[in-house]
Amino acid sequence: MSVKHHLSDDFLIEYAAGGLSEGWSLAVATHLALCSECRQRLHAMEGAAGALLDKADEGANEDEAWARFKARTADIRVEEIKPEIPTITKQTVVLPEPLRSYVGGDLADLKWRTLGRGAYQILIDTKDKDTQVRLLRIPAGKPVPEHTHEGRELTLVLAGSFRDGEDLFARGDIEEADGDLLHTPTATEGEDCICLAVTEAPLKFSSWIVRLVQPILKI
Amino acid sequence: MNNKNSGGSEAEDLAKAEMVRLLSIVGRERSADAFEAIFRFYAPRIRSFMAAKTKDRQAAEELMQETMTAVWNKAGQFDPARGNVSAWIYTIARNVRIDAFRRKRPEFDMNDPAFVVDEVAPADQEFQQLQEAQLLRGAMATLPEEQLDVLRRAFFDEASHSTIARDLGVPLGTVKSRIRLAFEKLRSSLEGRL
Repeated sequence: MSVKHHLSDDFLIEYAAGGLSEGWSLAVATHLALCSECRQRLHAMEGAAGALLDKADEGANEDEAWARFKARTADIRVEEIKPEIPTITKQTVVLPEPLRSYVGGDLADLKWRTLGRGAYQILIDTKDKDTQVRLLRIPAGKPVPEHTHEGRELTLVLAGSFRDGEDLFARGDIEEADGDLLHTPTATEGEDCICLAVTEAPLKFSSWIVRLVQPILKI
Repeated sequence: MNNKNSGGSEAEDLAKAEMVRLLSIVGRERSADAFEAIFRFYAPRIRSFMAAKTKDRQAAEELMQETMTAVWNKAGQFDPARGNVSAWIYTIARNVRIDAFRRKRPEFDMNDPAFVVDEVAPADQEFQQLQEAQLLRGAMATLPEEQLDVLRRAFFDEASHSTIARDLGVPLGTVKSRIRLAFEKLRSSLEGRL
């Protein structure tokens, strides 16, 4: 299994620089857990940042700063490195970190809320106000309600797969969409599709019936 | 290896290998002498990295001290097979800055059972990391100033693409293409490695 749909430079560089807000970062980091190619791209960006750091010398005299550092570390305890204790065996885990901690467990532990027509969601809490983060479960063979976005959207597949136009998205694949796109992702037959979806603002569903219930369902 | 663009890099390569050596001594023996050389090299650089965002020398000084304390504490965790010293210290400085602004940046966990490991494990990774750092430095030296400037704004000022576009008075597409060109160049310089 290898990932076919990757992160754009835009998201990756913002994540590397530390400016990307928590909601987007959750999708980026969870994709990175599943995609060694994007991890290598991130690594190269951090390497570039390190090279920029090398060039950022101001030629100051560091005697004073070094004296302060020594005074300060005199009473600092060296951090202990905790041994890694693997808690769950490989086969059982579907949701990678950091996502699993955000939802409080793996798939079997989740409390889904119905969206109607066999679809379910779980809203995920973050500290940032500019994103909405949710886990979606779309029944096999069924479409995600037709929608457009305000701003960017990231959708990361964790189980099953979906089709969007010509493209197939399976576990680890991430789809990036923006406000101009009206798309109808459809879960592939055979298995429910579970994905992490991060959006900039509440989705604007274009089907009037969904738009009607949208405020009630808070989707 | 094509080295003609990385002028003066032999001394820098030596310095990089020396940093790896010093950091591992700090990790093993908690040697303050070894750490002093690391401190004197990185302190002014981290201070200017911090000042790009805080715009305040005192706050930048404090965040620099915090970063160097973290480097001192975590020296034993640095793995020369996974990266070069400057990139590693950059990530520590970045995380100190994120904490200082009370923001969160979720990260993947390499020890997580759901983590998908790298397909290929190169034979001598420590050597490769040093070589990769050298290639990156060489490639960075060839980037036009307008691309370097955009990278600096992204990594040091933590500015979004649209903020950079506004500050420079250029279209968003121009910022994106400068970043794309810069990383295409960096990636092609690492070809065979990435």
